[in-house]
Amino acid sequence: MKLSTVKELLDGTVLTGGELLEQEVDSAFGSDLMSDVLAFVENRVLLLTGLVNPQVVRTAEMMDISAIVFVRGKCPDENVVELAKSKGMVIITTEDTLYVASGKLYSNGLTGSAKEG
Amino acid sequence: MAEVMKLHYTVSGDDFTRAGETSSKVKKTLNQLGFRPEVVRKVAISMYEAEINMVIHANGGTIDVDISPEEIIIVMQDTGPGIPDIEKAMQEGYSTADHNVRELGFGAGMGLPNMKRYSDDMQIDTEVGKGTCVKLVIKAKE
Repeated sequence: MKLSTVKELLDGTVLTGGELLEQEVDSAFGSDLMSDVLAFVENRVLLLTGLVNPQVVRTAEMMDISAIVFVRGKCPDENVVELAKSKGMVIITTEDTLYVASGKLYSNGLTGSAKEG
Repeated sequence: MAEVMKLHYTVSGDDFTRAGETSSKVKKTLNQLGFRPEVVRKVAISMYEAEINMVIHANGGTIDVDISPEEIIIVMQDTGPGIPDIEKAMQEGYSTADHNVRELGFGAGMGLPNMKRYSDDMQIDTEVGKGTCVKLVIKAKE
């Protein structure tokens, strides 16, 4: 699924990486536990989370995750957005909860990532 | 590249928001050296978990990374409280991290299991009250 489609489905706002929305993601993973992200995620994954601290971006960096959706209307501060920008990541925020955002994406064909690393 | 490239880092223990910077640097270096993406990923994840542990449990420490075409060896030394029960610490879900750490998305008891999962060899020397030394080896050849 293209990131532009993700943005559209979630009525999202792009905080950085607006020029990268043509990129595709193969699956998605939703969690507020970064250690679980580190344990379970595969390649070309979209990360959905309600956590907005810099470690979310760091975790994504380690996993080669290039796009993050912050759910529940959470907005990261400037430093977090800058860090993501410097890593060439896309950051999208949505008012949807993790459950609703996941449901919208799943029902439109973006399945889950759950393989152990 | 030279036979073995040696890198040395000091990790500050007082700023959790910066935890992971060293792993980020090492990841970048390995990418520049042309290591396979799977190898870089294994190093990045196992080292990042170890670096997080070092910051949240041990007030920082030092990291030495030896990079050769055959393997990457990471030695992380701290002077923190040590691990009283390694067997328990290796269980998924067991954690001694406090509430603050959990709020940041860690402390779910996956740190050591993840380090073991992503490394080819892991050794932990620890003494309560003295500190912990974690050695991770990731093989670079198929």
